[in-house]
Amino acid sequence: MSSEIEKVLGPRVPPDEFKAHRARYMIPTLLFVAAAILLVISIPRPWWRLKLVAPQYPAGLSVTAYINQMTGDIAEIDGLNHYIGMRPLGEAAEFERTISVFGIIAVSMLILAAAFVHNRWAALLALPALFLPLIFVLDLQFWLANFGMNLDPTAALSSSVDPFIPPVLWTGNIAQFSTVPRLLSGFWLAMWSSGLIAVGLFFHRRAYKPLVDKQSHARE
Amino acid sequence: MKRLISILLLAALALGLLAACSDEEPTPEPTQAPANVQVQAGEAGGLPADLLAVANERGLTPQDIRAALKTYVPSGKMDEYYLFSSGGQSGNVVVIGVPSMRILKNIAVFTPEAWQGYGYGDIGTEEVLDGGNVDDTKIRMGDTHHPALSETNGDYDGQFLFINDKASARVAVIDLRDFETKQIVKDPNLISNHGSSFVPPNTEYVIQTSQYATPLGWEYAPISEYKEKYRGLATMYKFDREKGRIDMDNSFSIELPPYWQDLCDAGKLGSDGWAFCNSFNSEMATGGIEQGNPPFEAGVSQRDTDYMHIFNWKKAAEIAEQPGKTEVINGMRVIRIPTAVEEGILFLAPEPKSPHGVDVTPDGKYLTVAGKLDPHVTIYSFDKIQKAIADKKWTTDEFGIPVLNFDDVMLAQVELGLGPLHTQYDDKGNGYTSLFLDSAVAKWTLGGEDPAGYKLVEKLPVQYNIGHISSAEGGTVSPDGKYLVALNKWPVDRFLPTCPLKPQNEQLPDIGSDQMNIIYDMPMGIGEPHYAQMIKADKIKAWETYPEVGWDPITQSPSEFKTMPGQERIERDGNNVEIFMTSIRSHLTPEHVTLNKGDNVTWHITNIETAPDATHGFDLGGQNLSLSIEPGETATFKFVANNDGTYAYYCTEFCSALHLEMMGYMMVAPAAAQ
Repeated sequence: MSSEIEKVLGPRVPPDEFKAHRARYMIPTLLFVAAAILLVISIPRPWWRLKLVAPQYPAGLSVTAYINQMTGDIAEIDGLNHYIGMRPLGEAAEFERTISVFGIIAVSMLILAAAFVHNRWAALLALPALFLPLIFVLDLQFWLANFGMNLDPTAALSSSVDPFIPPVLWTGNIAQFSTVPRLLSGFWLAMWSSGLIAVGLFFHRRAYKPLVDKQSHARE
Repeated sequence: MKRLISILLLAALALGLLAACSDEEPTPEPTQAPANVQVQAGEAGGLPADLLAVANERGLTPQDIRAALKTYVPSGKMDEYYLFSSGGQSGNVVVIGVPSMRILKNIAVFTPEAWQGYGYGDIGTEEVLDGGNVDDTKIRMGDTHHPALSETNGDYDGQFLFINDKASARVAVIDLRDFETKQIVKDPNLISNHGSSFVPPNTEYVIQTSQYATPLGWEYAPISEYKEKYRGLATMYKFDREKGRIDMDNSFSIELPPYWQDLCDAGKLGSDGWAFCNSFNSEMATGGIEQGNPPFEAGVSQRDTDYMHIFNWKKAAEIAEQPGKTEVINGMRVIRIPTAVEEGILFLAPEPKSPHGVDVTPDGKYLTVAGKLDPHVTIYSFDKIQKAIADKKWTTDEFGIPVLNFDDVMLAQVELGLGPLHTQYDDKGNGYTSLFLDSAVAKWTLGGEDPAGYKLVEKLPVQYNIGHISSAEGGTVSPDGKYLVALNKWPVDRFLPTCPLKPQNEQLPDIGSDQMNIIYDMPMGIGEPHYAQMIKADKIKAWETYPEVGWDPITQSPSEFKTMPGQERIERDGNNVEIFMTSIRSHLTPEHVTLNKGDNVTWHITNIETAPDATHGFDLGGQNLSLSIEPGETATFKFVANNDGTYAYYCTEFCSALHLEMMGYMMVAPAAAQ
């Protein structure tokens, strides 16, 4: 039975070996746990903000993205956007926002699970968390492009404002507005999480690779 | 173990970083020049040390000091220009001195105003207001938009000012000898106007066009009958300069398609006799968002072009005199569309969709149409329009009105920025266009016949959301340049907060130098200005006092109720009582007025003062009354003494050291005592 488990989850660490090199086996586990904690902490924190600055809005208007909601001057921005025929912001990434909390918890669980998997499958389990910030940015850019490129051609200002793609990471310009984006703590937590996972995977491999090699030798 | 510690430290660092990483935005920097720019002696052109200290203490930059020097008008000196600014829904006209931007007067027009005693006391000024009643509804507000100074040979002559009320399609005449409203006329067939008021170069007419189309006479018709029944109008109010009044009997209208005409301008010099109006609903959208239809704002913006209306008002005036060419509707002669087409009075030309202002250049040769939804101004050539008309090169719209070819009449387009609304001109061949969305004024060159000569020169940010602009003598054949007033809708961060209703910001850009600069911000806290016109101060010949004692300002002639010292009396005829009173510093004569309950009282007061400034006001406790009786004026009010009692009347204007003593008692005896 135990050999069946070891086939799937990789070799277990013999107690003597663990006692002898406690740090070697604890480091990846602790890193993964820390990464999972950071991800969970990021859930209620803002990830990204877009600030819109125009002459008549010297203090700017802003929309702040959390993984499951958007806050800020949404009504005012939607009000302005209707002149150029952009859909209401509430229609963006509805699916993503619905699943995101469970999704991040699930991704965190996978990292924790990775700590118990001692073969190469651990990397696969950690992969979603590792690429989460990238996925976030790409998805956001997808929606910005989707909204900016699908303007209602019958909108009042359609002869003045052509379809456009607001950049996620740097400043853009649309009509009299500049769009100034900023990545916020939720995103940076996820980045730290990714970093810890990457380092964790390195230590994970260093700790368990010899055991995995030994296991396969034994099979042969 | 060491490694473990370092990892834990790393995690702690991450958390620490998180705590330190604020998601809050830094407070936005003030958009003005930083206050800590110290003025150096050299920069300020050798300012004396004490002045330098003042400048530095107040945080003024050299630019601020230049602006102050250009706008400050010291005590005892006068401004160079009068600016007549509409007050929007205050229903008034605000008179401002330029360049000081000080408010000189708030002229009551469509709304009662107690300081001027305008619209109180049943007769007199209230009768002026009653001229604008709609059916049997007393209208006591107005939405003033576009003031027009009377012109002679295309120059402001300083005699009269006309202003429209958009809400009820009315036009008022203000006499600039005493800055008072003399007449309000109501268009019998329209319920809203916008392209008003504007005047041809010799003010033969005051021209008004409709905004929102309705059936003529605003009678009932379901919106489903929009195309069949709803119409616009251009109304030519005949102006009798001698009488200083609009002559409704000699006025007439031209029926227009229901395209929602917007702003207009009259031709001048070579284009005199013609007028030009934009429109923004050639789609003939009928709205109905609540029924799932596109809202008006989308419906009226569907087509790429709308129509500039071009009409020959001089010819229309001749046609209107001919029998059978007009139809009398609600007492007004109307030239119907088929007649207008047949007689060659009315033409259309495509223009980029939903534009705002159309402004004729000082030489009368070109028209600038501001795009509003289109980032360009489009310049049309009057000669090209005339050629296209002569060549009969046109298609027709569904009302049979000739539509000239855009390419045949358009001369040039200049891309200026977002939201071009209104254009004014200077004396150096430049145009200035307000850009609402960009919150800027664009300066561009007029290129004459050369399309390549029309070029953007410079853009000046203004604060914020600019609507109209007004340059010195800007609507004439010889504009002065020098000053431009930007009538901004949002002050945002410019003034001490008086939220949530904030003043508007009337800004003064200096256009006399090579580079435009804002040199003054004036909070307009008594109305929402739309357009304003600026006239050289010496053209206004305002009276110091009324020409003779016993003057009726409504008729601008001697009053039949003039009362001189010794003639004061109370006349009774049954329960009709007529009081003839005089006022002089510091008494009102008589000082006792005894009435019976139920008396109908007519009360005349003549201010027998001849000294300038010696105005007396008059309030009577318990009555909704306020009079301002300027030197020489005879004012009249009426009321029914419905309540017995003892009342005090007094002079409201602090006229002299014994002002408080300038009073009297009105005793109304109850029925039993009679």
